[in-house]
Amino acid sequence: MNSDSYIKIEDLCISYEEDDGGRTSVLKNISLDIKKGEYLAVLGHNGSGKSTLAKLLNMILEPDSGKIYIDGKEITDPEMTEDDVFELRKKVGMVFQNPDNQLVATIVEDDVAFGPENLGIEPAEIRRRVDEALAVVGMSDYAKGEPARLSGGQKQRIAIAGILAMKPDCMIFDESTAMLDPLGRRDIMNTVEKLNREHGITIIMITHYMDEAARANRIVVLNDGEILMDGSPAEIFEKSDKLRECGLDVPQCVGLVHSLKKQGIKIEGECHTPTACAEAIAAALEKKNGKN
Amino acid sequence: MKSVSLGQYYAVKSPIHSLDPRIKIVLAILYIVIVFLCSNLLSMALLLVSAIVIVALSNIPLKIVIKSVKPILFIIAFTAIINIFWTTEGNLWLDLGFAKVYDKGVINALFLMVRIFVLIIGSSILLTYTTTPIALTDGIERLLSPLKRIGLPVHDFAMIMTIALRFIPTLMEEAEKIMNAQKARGADFTNGSLIQRAKALIPILIPLFSSSIRHALDLATAMECRCYRGGEGRTRMKILKCRASDIFALLLVIGFGAAVVCINIFASPFLPF
Repeated sequence: MNSDSYIKIEDLCISYEEDDGGRTSVLKNISLDIKKGEYLAVLGHNGSGKSTLAKLLNMILEPDSGKIYIDGKEITDPEMTEDDVFELRKKVGMVFQNPDNQLVATIVEDDVAFGPENLGIEPAEIRRRVDEALAVVGMSDYAKGEPARLSGGQKQRIAIAGILAMKPDCMIFDESTAMLDPLGRRDIMNTVEKLNREHGITIIMITHYMDEAARANRIVVLNDGEILMDGSPAEIFEKSDKLRECGLDVPQCVGLVHSLKKQGIKIEGECHTPTACAEAIAAALEKKNGKN
Repeated sequence: MKSVSLGQYYAVKSPIHSLDPRIKIVLAILYIVIVFLCSNLLSMALLLVSAIVIVALSNIPLKIVIKSVKPILFIIAFTAIINIFWTTEGNLWLDLGFAKVYDKGVINALFLMVRIFVLIIGSSILLTYTTTPIALTDGIERLLSPLKRIGLPVHDFAMIMTIALRFIPTLMEEAEKIMNAQKARGADFTNGSLIQRAKALIPILIPLFSSSIRHALDLATAMECRCYRGGEGRTRMKILKCRASDIFALLLVIGFGAAVVCINIFASPFLPF
């Protein structure tokens, strides 16, 4: 086992029972190694098994076979006690899709305090963590407000703060931007990046948005319960044909650069985000103009 | 729909707002007991003064306070009238032929009116107007926490209350959405007989019911992921502290109660009623 791997998945299989008694497998022999501090995006269309994978990592679901190690501990061990599950959830936090279904309290700061309160932390320390977590997600001004009055993106940031206040090593985002407007999505993505970069939290981003996946260090593409591709965004977007085969498309900016390249225009550098793409095209234009 | 307010809480700063919710619950109970202890003219007058003091201290506009009494005006008037005509003690004041009015009856009706008014104003100002529902739940949980020892699930009840309060705006928003969706398909909620209109609500209630179950499922998963496992081993961020002002308020109300009892015992023989 790799010394710096934080999550190790071996031969994981899970299926669910159909109404007619047959079984449909959702994940087929998945093996994956996730390093500490990594920013991983799990990409796949609906029904590819990506959310199931997330739920397995937090022991909401149990696999049919295969093993999962988190921080060196096997969580698929049948001997796992309730206390072990408690310890696991302390380390691996999860942010879900619907912000409304994650908030427990009627006051923002009370909600953020919910996790640490469950951990049995001293009141003064909870206060400190809550203030800190709200500052990280940029919601300090709303600490005394009611979640019902916030926008979807703001609510989701509160949900993130609620997990953050538990000081996890790893955070899983299960399509956490799917119900948000573009502005809310951008806020969440910026927050996620900040958590990874400045706080060293391992991020697993489950998504079907290409442009979100493009911002990760590494992308795993799931298709029909199998890992189709695994690599850096550059490596993944290189194979746009293979992506299209499983119903996914490269981000618009990557597509644009691809078509430009096909036309014989030389563009250098990685262009996975609109900004990087714009800069690369500008550089290419300047070069061309310089020659003339 | 976003501005839906929970309960009657009126957000201003006042000495009553800043009291510990536990103390406020105890105060409200004490105050209600005192209201029923008052039995003569002097104590009734004192009671009325105390209610005015409470209203003044709470910083809540008089308009809002009066609005809270409006729904019970009819009940007050009704009981007062019954008291006036049904009492046959004291001196005869008025003989209408079909009914006789005695002075004792009028006084009884008056006392009753003051009692109900003060009861409603006192308890609502002390509790619902000046305490957020969540603080109230919290206060009840902590006041009842000794009952945990005899196996009563106090924490669980408080948690249920908290979540119910939390989901009121969410479910209202959803009800509106469903209603709009049904209206867009031609549902009519405003016309027809009462039964027809009640029937028209079924297509709203069923989706609302199923979605609230979905909410509950999702929330339970999210709560588990945040390490929730009941009240055991749980700490709280906000510690309720009894400050000097809380003790002072408590002493004040107890003192008031003692005064009322004294008046009942010593002043009654000298008063006409």
